[in-house]
Amino acid sequence: MPDQPTMSDVSMLVNGETRKLRLDVRTTLLDALREHLHLTGTKKGCDHGQCGACTVIVAGRRINSCLTLAVMHEGDSVTTIEGLGTPENLHPMQAAFVKHDGYQCGYCTPGQICSAVAMLDEIKAGTPSHVSADLMAQPQLTAMELRERMSGNICRCAAYPNIIDAISEVAGRKT
Amino acid sequence: MKSFAYERAASPAEAVAAATRAEGAKFIAGGTNLLDLMKLEIEAPTHLIDVNGLAFDKIEATPDGGLRIGALVRNTDLAADERVRRDYPLLSRALLAGASGQLRNKATTAGNLLQRTRCPYFYDTNQPCNKRQPGSGCSAIGGFTRNHAILGTSDACIATHPSDMAVAMRALDATVETLRADGGTRSIPIAEFYRPPGDTPQIETMLMPGELITAVTLPEPVGGRQIYRKVRDRASYAFALVSVGAIVQSDGSGRVALGGVAHKPWRVEAADTALLRGAKAAAAQLLASATPTHQNAFKLPLIERTLSAVLSEARG
Repeated sequence: MPDQPTMSDVSMLVNGETRKLRLDVRTTLLDALREHLHLTGTKKGCDHGQCGACTVIVAGRRINSCLTLAVMHEGDSVTTIEGLGTPENLHPMQAAFVKHDGYQCGYCTPGQICSAVAMLDEIKAGTPSHVSADLMAQPQLTAMELRERMSGNICRCAAYPNIIDAISEVAGRKT
Repeated sequence: MKSFAYERAASPAEAVAAATRAEGAKFIAGGTNLLDLMKLEIEAPTHLIDVNGLAFDKIEATPDGGLRIGALVRNTDLAADERVRRDYPLLSRALLAGASGQLRNKATTAGNLLQRTRCPYFYDTNQPCNKRQPGSGCSAIGGFTRNHAILGTSDACIATHPSDMAVAMRALDATVETLRADGGTRSIPIAEFYRPPGDTPQIETMLMPGELITAVTLPEPVGGRQIYRKVRDRASYAFALVSVGAIVQSDGSGRVALGGVAHKPWRVEAADTALLRGAKAAAAQLLASATPTHQNAFKLPLIERTLSAVLSEARG
C-alpha cells in the first residue's frame, strides 16, 4: 500500500443542510466538521474517546465524533452544537447551562450539551443505566442517574454540580 | 494514522472476499477501539472494510428458546433489549458497566469481543511489547503491573482482556458464529474463543484471517439471580480491576466468571460446583493457578470479597 492518501466523496446532512465533501478517508467526523465545514463549536479534547468534548448527535444518538471516520457517515444526519441553537435562539439545554453556570472555561460545554440532549432521549426511550435499580422499570430522573449517564463527558473545571442542575431543570425534575 | 484503502461491503460474502484479497485488511464496525489504535499506529491496516451496511443488526429468537444477537447490534441496544433485560440481565448489567453512553452507542457486539487490551505498555509505542511487536519482549513483566493478569499468563504477555460484556457471555455459555473466507460457517463456544497468550500473544482469538463474526447466540435462559459486580478505580467509565459475573439459583448452585484477571473471561468448572460451599471455596477454585505479582496480589482477596458480596446479594 503506497503512502498516498485515499480520497473519497461523502455526503452528510449536517444541521439540516446537505454537505458534500471530498476527504482523505482518514479524516474523522470531528475533523471533517471542524477543519472542512468550519463548524468549530464541536471541540477536540483528547481525540481518543476519553473526554467527550467532541460529542455530536448522529441519527439521533450521541457519539464521539473523534472515533469515527467521516466516510462511515454517508447519508447520515449529524447535529452539532451549532444545529441545536443560536446565540439569539438558545436551545433550552444551552439556556439552562447559562442559567446554572454549568461551565467555567467552556471547552467541554458543546459536548456536554449535545450529550445531555441525546441522553434525555435515551431515558425517555427507557434505556437503563449502570445505576438503574430495576432493569425492567422506566429509568428515574435522579441526579445519580444523570451523573452516571454523563460520565463520558469530562469537565476539567469540575462544574459537575451545576451541569447536573442545568440538565435536571430541562428534564423537568425539581432540584 | 497510516494511509489505507476503504470500501463498504455490500454483502457478507463480499466482506470476507475483500478481507482475503488484501493482506493487512481489517473489518471496521463501531470503530471505537480500532480507530483509537490506528491513530497511535498500533494498528495500521492497509485496507478497511466497512461492514456497517450488513444486515447483522437484529436480535432474533432461536428455535431452541435462545437469542441470536447480530454482530452489529450496538452495546446500547443489546443492553436495552427487553428480552435481554428480562431473560439475560447479567448481559445487560455487564454492558452497562462498561465504557460511556457515547461509546456504547457505537460499539458492536462483535467488536466488544475483539477489543484489544488496555495494557499501558501495549499502548506505549516506545516500549517493547510482544503483542504489538512480536518478539520484542514484554515491558509489563517486571514493570508496573497493578492492573495486569493474575491468571493464564505466559512469559511473553500478562495483559488482560478488558471486556465486561465477554464476562457475561462466558457465564451465559454464548457461542460465536462466523463466516469464513471460503464461504463456510462455524460456531465457536465462547469458552474456546480466546487463545492463551503463550509465545504468540499477538494472536488473541481462534478467528482465521478474513473470518467475520456474524452473530453471537445465547442458549435458552437459565433464570436465577444474575449479578455483575465491577470493582474499579472510579465509579463510572473505567476498566475493571476485577469483576464478577454470577448466576445463582435458589438452591445456591450457579455459575461464576471473572473479568480483569486474564486474557479472557475466567471461568472454572470446579468453581461453579464449589459455589454451593460459598465464596471462599469458589474463589479458591477460580484462583488455584494464579500467579500474581506483589503489585496485583490485591486482586486475590478482592475477588473473594467481591464474590462474597455477590452471593449475599443473590441470597438477599
